[in-house]
Parts: sequence; C-alpha cells; structure tokens
Amino acid sequence: MSERAWITRDPISADDVLRRVGSAGDGAVVAFLGIVRDHNDGRRVVGMHYDAYIEMAEPVLEAILAEAAARAGSERIAAVHRIGELGIGEASVAIAVSAPHRGEAFDACRYVIEEIKRRLPVWKEERYADGVARWLEGTTPEAPEVSR
Amino acid sequence: MTPIIHVRALFFALYRDFAGVGEMELALPAGATALAAVERVRASSPALARLPEQPVVAVNREYAPLDTEMHDGDEIAFLPPVAGG
Repeated sequence: MSERAWITRDPISADDVLRRVGSAGDGAVVAFLGIVRDHNDGRRVVGMHYDAYIEMAEPVLEAILAEAAARAGSERIAAVHRIGELGIGEASVAIAVSAPHRGEAFDACRYVIEEIKRRLPVWKEERYADGVARWLEGTTPEAPEVSR
Repeated sequence: MTPIIHVRALFFALYRDFAGVGEMELALPAGATALAAVERVRASSPALARLPEQPVVAVNREYAPLDTEMHDGDEIAFLPPVAGG
C-alpha cells in the first residue's frame, strides 16, 4: 500500500484523501466520491458488499494513478477503494487530484474513476430488500495479448 | 516422467461462490499454461464447470494471457468481469 493508493475496510474520509494532495502551486482541487445508492435497475437496494483481490488491486490502483499523473502533469493524486459491507449513502471510492489549473485536475480525476471501473480487480454484490443478493455484471478487463 | 509443478488458484466474487472456497492447490505437469490450469479447475467439479472456458486470469498479480507458462509456486487468480467504483 502506498500513501496515495489503497484499499480499506474502514469508512472513507474525504478529508483524509484531500489531505494527501495540494501544493502552493495548485489552483484547483477536484474530488470524486462514489456512493452506494438505494436503487438499481428498478430494484430497491439496501446495501452493497464489495470484494477485491487486494494484493493485485493496490498495485493496479497505483499504476492508474501514475498514468493519470503523466497525463495531468501533476503527481498530486490520491485514491482509495473501500471493500466489505457498505450501507446506502456510504462512499465506496474517493479520488482527489490537485493541479495548477482545473482542466488537468478534472481530466485526471475522470481518468482515474474510468480506469477503476475498467480494470481494478474489485466486485460488488447488491443486497435487496427481499434478502436476495446478486453480483453485478462488470467489465471484462483486457489481458495483454502476448505472454511475457 | 514429467516433473510436477504446484500452483495456487484463487477465486473471487461469483467465481468464489462457484468454487465454494477462496483458493485451491493445483498440481500440473511442468510447462503447463494458464489455460491448462483453467481446464484442470473446470474439470474438478460441476460447479466449477460453470466458469467460462476462457476466463480473465491474473498470474502473479498481473493480468495475463491464457498461453502464459506456469511455474512452480505461481499464483493464478480467476477474475470475473470487474465492477469497482
């Protein structure tokens, strides 16, 4: 786990993530929170269970942040993903980026959340009011085509 | 006689539900590929036969193509389509 990319079982503090970015030369800070909502596909959701391959997810998240940093020209990016049992309204993911200007900060933040959805080895199981739970269909990550 | 290698298979989310366990030990002939590990796992129980014929896998914590050669002590993770965020 690095100081700026980690997986946690504890509630996410937006302040904690924001504290890890920012500098005197940065005029923009962008933060994103992903929140568990109370409905999906017309069904009432009462909670969400997240599973992760933690030993792989942390290095993948670090790699995503490094790519975002190269695009934004700012190393000041932090992201955390929570796993375990989450209730409605709780944050499952938080991302913060600071950069000299808002354009790079928004772009980098968007890049991080889209790549998390595309390839972070994390899964979610929705829990419904009737006691049923269902793993959500996800995105198939692209494996490299040639073995190393 | 072909030497045997030992590989640790890991299952997550829906695939862990199929497996009923989070991990299992596989004994494979030396030179076996990731695909051979998948075939071994799929043949091990009717529930695990529900795994895709060509699932996404990670070898030693990196996404890897199914022709990756496995080595003794490797870890192969069976990864359902991801759904973070």
